[in-house]
Amino acid sequence: MADQFDLECRDVVKKFDAFTAVDSVSLTIPKGSFFSILGPSGCGKTTLLRMLAGFQTPTSGDILIKGSSVLGVPPNRRPVNMVFQHLALFPMMNVSENVAYGLKRRGADRATIEKKVSDTLARVGLPDSGPKQISQLSGGQKQRIAIARCLVLEPAVLLLDEPLGALDLKLREHMKVELKQLQHEIGTTFVYITHDQSEALVMSDQVAVMNAGRFEQVGAPQDLYYNPHTAFVAGFVGESNRWKGTVGMTHDDHIVINLPTGGAVLASRKTHPTLAEGQPVDVFVRPEAIAIDGQGETDNAIAAKVDNVLFNGAASSVQVRDKATGHEMTVALPQTGAFANLKSGDLVNLTWGAEQTRCFVAAENQEATA
Amino acid sequence: MTNPASSGTGGAVRFGALLLAMPLLLWLFLLVILPHVDLLLVSLRERISYGKYEFSLINYTEFFVEPLYWNTYIRTAVMSIMATALTLLIGFPVSYYIAKVMRGKGKNVLFLLCLIPFWVSELVRTFGWMILLRESGVISNFLQWAGIADGPVEMLYNDATIMVGLVYTSMLFMVVPLVSVLDSLDDSLIEAGYDLGGNAFTVTRDIVIPHAMPGIASGCIVVFMLTLGNYLTPNLLGGKDSLWFTEQIYTQFITRFNWESGSAFGFLLLVLSSMIVWIGLKLSRQTLSETVS
Repeated sequence: MADQFDLECRDVVKKFDAFTAVDSVSLTIPKGSFFSILGPSGCGKTTLLRMLAGFQTPTSGDILIKGSSVLGVPPNRRPVNMVFQHLALFPMMNVSENVAYGLKRRGADRATIEKKVSDTLARVGLPDSGPKQISQLSGGQKQRIAIARCLVLEPAVLLLDEPLGALDLKLREHMKVELKQLQHEIGTTFVYITHDQSEALVMSDQVAVMNAGRFEQVGAPQDLYYNPHTAFVAGFVGESNRWKGTVGMTHDDHIVINLPTGGAVLASRKTHPTLAEGQPVDVFVRPEAIAIDGQGETDNAIAAKVDNVLFNGAASSVQVRDKATGHEMTVALPQTGAFANLKSGDLVNLTWGAEQTRCFVAAENQEATA
Repeated sequence: MTNPASSGTGGAVRFGALLLAMPLLLWLFLLVILPHVDLLLVSLRERISYGKYEFSLINYTEFFVEPLYWNTYIRTAVMSIMATALTLLIGFPVSYYIAKVMRGKGKNVLFLLCLIPFWVSELVRTFGWMILLRESGVISNFLQWAGIADGPVEMLYNDATIMVGLVYTSMLFMVVPLVSVLDSLDDSLIEAGYDLGGNAFTVTRDIVIPHAMPGIASGCIVVFMLTLGNYLTPNLLGGKDSLWFTEQIYTQFITRFNWESGSAFGFLLLVLSSMIVWIGLKLSRQTLSETVS
């Protein structure tokens, strides 16, 4: 059973003195999948990756690669390779020397090295760049060479530590697609850490959302987006309108969430079977779930005034204010351009279905600050 | 904002720049160029009689004819190269430890510990070694007290002691450039080296040393020049037998009052150090401008 997984962590804990950076994380990554660890900075994702690479040892727990424990195996003997955040290409060597470095360390013979290096360079789409110096490469090319340098060693798992962070937006969008494509072609297991949710959602088969050293939820990108298990995931993955409220009356299929400012939001009873009256909750509604002056579900209906129009092409939205309660909300504009002439001061009717409302029981400490 | 240099005040700006550069130009001219020109002229003349001189190469031919002179010359060069190599060999791990292994406060403390001995003059530091190593010194007494030696042990006045003194005196000038160049090496490069299968030896050889090369070159140049031109340490620790070339120059100028010959020797030492530095840079494929930047 165990060898179906390229990588497995069992209750991995890492403590720095009193601070727990990684708190009993368990994960299994099937062979050939693209696994992302998504979390805000300081959530412990880099520490976790460095433990996988072997630069840090877990305080407790076990890490298995292809079914065998690698605790006590130094980084240079582990069948994993890492693409560093700033790529860490060796500036004192040219491109082909960089790619050949790992093979030389393995004692491969000259002919094999030359062949593998040129094959790998061709595979990442830079077949003629061998004699170039690292400083002559563009950002995207460096990226590909850093990946080629690892892939040439045919690792069981390729670890990527936010490698797109240093690129400009356009190139980052492009590299996202390219990375996914590359992973698909070569079939190596990728473990990718990032704080950028769009990178994680676009590229991954599985995403683990990490917060304060723990995995909040592991699942397919669609799962995380449409079916978040915790308030953190709902707030971190994708845009959301967020309120604090208390559970009020519960009906057969609806729950009324009372907001402190006097308004109320309806949620579906089906999706929140355990909520009880009086519980403090965090309420989330996606901006794109709200319809403007529309038909369809009208469980929730609000009359609001437009504060700001945030035009951003297909991802345009408007900031509105609830006329009754003064709540600020963000609403996505339909991509058809139907509301292109909306301007601040306009009055709109907002509606959304009760099943689009997500509630999570608020944690104690959050309640205290509310 | 207008560019002042392009406007009508160009002349004034140029004068201002000249004024700013004046201390440098004065220093270069009065303390570097002028003495060397004079040294060259003095070295190329022969004293015929009182106050009467003629152009001659005799001071240089004398150097090649007398074996003691060029033996000392070669010996000084070889010893200096050895001292430089030893300083590098000891200084590199020390610098690596300070720059890459230590973190936070300990790093500054260690660096300061390297620096502190240089707050006192070279003379005092050399006397420190003499107190330790002389016949009636600390180590000699300890060996006798411990029963290892029967009588007083003289550890001064030999080549090994000179070498110890020279390395000790030069250490800081190797550690400072090495620490700064190793500090600039990104830790992830070292980690990447290990991650791709390298071990401590190959990572040092393929990544750390190539990166540190400008620092190694500048450290070696400074240490070599200081060692070659050192007078105090070889003289005090090596005694009369130290046969250091600077002592020959001193003797010509002060003891024999033969300024012509002393100047020639001084010039030969300048040629020697320039030659060796040039060869060293060529061998390590460094350029002087890369090294000093």
